[in-house]
Amino acid sequence: MQMPEPSQAIISQRDALAQGLRQIVGKDWVISDDAQRRPYQCDGITAYMAMPLLVVLPGSAAEVQAVLRFCNDRGVKIVPRGSGTSLSGGALPLEDGVLLVTSRLCNVLAVDERNRVARVQPGVPNIKISEAVSHLGLCYMPDPSSQLISTIGGNVAENAGGVHCLKYGVTANHILGMQAVLMTGEMLELGGAYLGAAEGELDLMGVLTGSEGLLAVVTEIAVRLEPVPEVARVISMSFASVEEACACVGAIIGVGVIPAGLEFMDRKVLDAVSVLIKEKFDDRTAALLLCELDGTAVEVDALVGVVSDVARGQGAIELKVSTTEEERQRIWSSRKLAFSAIGKLCPDYYCTDGTIPRNKLPEVLNKMADMSKKYGLDYANCFHAGDGNLHPIIMYDASKPGDLEKAEEFGADVLIACVDAGGVLSGEHGIGVEKRDLMTHQFTEIDLQQQQMVKCAFDPKDLLNPGKMFPTLCRCAEFGRMHVHNGNLRFADIPRF
Amino acid sequence: MLSHIPQAALDADPNVQLAKDIIGNCVHCGVCLSRCPTYAVKHEENDSPRGRIFLMKDMYEKGGVPDARTVEHLDRCLTCLACEAICPSGVEYSKLIAHGREYVEEHYRRPLFQRAVRELLVRLIPNARLFRLAIFGGRMGRPFRGLFSGTLRAMLDMVPTTPLPAPSPVDRPQTFLPTPVDGQAVKPRKRVALLNGCVQTVLDTAINEATIRLLRRHGVEVVVAAGSGCCGAPAEHMGDEAQALPLVKANIDAWLREADGPDGLDAIVINTSGCGTSIKAYGHALRLDPAWADKAARVSAMARDITEFMVELGLQEPTIPTGLRVVYHSACSMQHGQRIVNQPKDLLREAGFTVLDVPEGYLCCGSAGTYNLLQPDIANELKERKLRNIRSVHAQIAASGNIGCMTQLAGEAGLPFVHTVELLDWATGGPEPAGIKGHRLAAE
Repeated sequence: MQMPEPSQAIISQRDALAQGLRQIVGKDWVISDDAQRRPYQCDGITAYMAMPLLVVLPGSAAEVQAVLRFCNDRGVKIVPRGSGTSLSGGALPLEDGVLLVTSRLCNVLAVDERNRVARVQPGVPNIKISEAVSHLGLCYMPDPSSQLISTIGGNVAENAGGVHCLKYGVTANHILGMQAVLMTGEMLELGGAYLGAAEGELDLMGVLTGSEGLLAVVTEIAVRLEPVPEVARVISMSFASVEEACACVGAIIGVGVIPAGLEFMDRKVLDAVSVLIKEKFDDRTAALLLCELDGTAVEVDALVGVVSDVARGQGAIELKVSTTEEERQRIWSSRKLAFSAIGKLCPDYYCTDGTIPRNKLPEVLNKMADMSKKYGLDYANCFHAGDGNLHPIIMYDASKPGDLEKAEEFGADVLIACVDAGGVLSGEHGIGVEKRDLMTHQFTEIDLQQQQMVKCAFDPKDLLNPGKMFPTLCRCAEFGRMHVHNGNLRFADIPRF
Repeated sequence: MLSHIPQAALDADPNVQLAKDIIGNCVHCGVCLSRCPTYAVKHEENDSPRGRIFLMKDMYEKGGVPDARTVEHLDRCLTCLACEAICPSGVEYSKLIAHGREYVEEHYRRPLFQRAVRELLVRLIPNARLFRLAIFGGRMGRPFRGLFSGTLRAMLDMVPTTPLPAPSPVDRPQTFLPTPVDGQAVKPRKRVALLNGCVQTVLDTAINEATIRLLRRHGVEVVVAAGSGCCGAPAEHMGDEAQALPLVKANIDAWLREADGPDGLDAIVINTSGCGTSIKAYGHALRLDPAWADKAARVSAMARDITEFMVELGLQEPTIPTGLRVVYHSACSMQHGQRIVNQPKDLLREAGFTVLDVPEGYLCCGSAGTYNLLQPDIANELKERKLRNIRSVHAQIAASGNIGCMTQLAGEAGLPFVHTVELLDWATGGPEPAGIKGHRLAAE
């Protein structure tokens, strides 16, 4: 994985830059010491590391503005970071870039109960929003599994999903307004503080949500709050074959039920989990679906009946329905422990993230079995089946030379298979650096150029999180008045990966 | 997380190999940050468990003298172990930080003042007589607190303003038989050793007294074993293995003498969760010492918090079900270190109290052994936050199972703060706890 060549000229100014930034955010909040910068070298993917030039932790939106303006004036790159939980390397630092960390911007600024909106700072961990409004019977719906610590700003940058996004939608569906700062330090106010506030304006919020920190730094977010569902029940459904389980996913949606969550676990995951929860799964089970239904008690009871009938019709060999909240939590614990359980089976694992049309699940899962043989690496499957969001877990040993590369190639093959099946490279983790070089498989050159023109409109100097998402650096000048003359590429010195 | 610790370092010290294995289990997911008190205060990766794991990884990879910044961040860890309790990957942070601190003490020369303070605490705390003397000295120094800052001022502020209780007769080595029923001696249901502790015998003698009454009333024979004393945790938290080990071994000897004696021992009962965590880890601490490994493991296996033991034993029907609203503060060493979460609350409910939880209950109160003395700024911020959370539930009494937290919080909580066993003892026939007597409890 290649990153843009760091500018030695910038690196050599480190001390002076640190001094300037300290005048903006205070001396404690610029980290320039070697030992203290090291823990910031990576986010949720430890396979990719880079030492940030400096780490800056602004304490207000105004400080974010000033930091960006300062860096823009000096041509210094910025990598925004929340809690550093990205699974695509979105917050991977640059050696010649300032890592802008939002963890100090962690206040819930206002809660408007009647309009069901909360205005929060970007460094607020996802779960803290729900905690702040739980006494009102409200919550913030999107629930990525990192929600205990992943920040809402990071969720916006990656357009995070989660188990409940099948029924309730992803982050983009829950953002009503935002304040964002451009690389130049200009501040944008988009949308507003009530549903429909963004009506009539160009949907720039939609552009920024999922833009992976390439367009602007979000400094405030107005999020939609929802009532906590009165009742939730989960059905655990065992199937004797992966195909039957996959077919059942389509059949449930097919009868018009949109479950709150619909998760898939294969036998390998079940075996690993059963060690941790000390509970055995039926020997005949090859795959398990967990289907959560929520709403009012009457509604949920009716839906449990409908889904149970569908599952039986699709050949489910065993159905378990939770009757109490405690039972629901217990059934879910197998899914929640899945990744750590797999972690116990192997020194390292690599989990990637692609999305396919639901009806292609069996086809892509079968391909994965072939790839596993080809690479000689074991894998397990545990994913958001309802929206076809795959999370294959590829097991490897980082201390074995070449193993990581094999795991990466395996992961890339899976993602290519996803795109070939009519799907996309990512469901919720984002592109980052992890899937960057596969973008050419999903998009044509022209598609990518169009996307990069959006980037150029926001950040013409390509200083915000460069090296992520696009397999080539932006050549903004070229997109404008310049054109390629006689096939001679202008700015030929701009590196390509 | 992959680390590149030199092979020679791994071969030279099995603790470094262990550190490598533990670091290897960390996947850098960041979930631990959500529970870390120092991250909650500082918002900075270096003051989070994940950050410290990274710092320790670098420390071992580089070898030699650790840099001052690394030491500073390792020092700031409260060892509350909330991170270990929430970690989805089972990273044994407690062992990693314990050995990390030993490495620091071995390789890093602290500034003179820091060394002096640490040396003082390590010697003072385990020794009841010296500790008493120090408090006396502290009282004399208190009017001059304005002249001091940092640790010295924190130490003066910690000195109790109320008179110290006289040493309790129950804290001398002896055996207590079960309370007779109708004048008849009762055949013991169980025989246990009680750790009477170090600080507790000076600051609050009522806790051991209540514990002994409670156990005796439940038909238990209680031994205060000759030779047992401080568990060694204060020294161990500062990475001072040399000071900690003699204390640990003295306890092991004292208790095994009882266990292997004619009457045997069913359990070692501990009513200070900080000590309980440390005793349950004796087996690990001495695992590499062939002469002590088995003995230490035996002691760890016998260790029970008083609430664990009472749940196994079954609590008697309360004689005076008060119905008072008790906010239960779970010490970190209780809920994270020993994963004892429900037992104390269940017992209090059985004893007739209405139990309330503290919001953000997972956050440390800042006491953390000697932490409030060594890191007063962070400790105070955490203390204020904990007090706000305790007050927010409008209870009548606060209860906890760890003297350290009680000392940290009681003075400013605005409500009586007592040990869980004092309430259990009271409800099942003991005297009203002194901490409650005379207090006007908040209205229903």
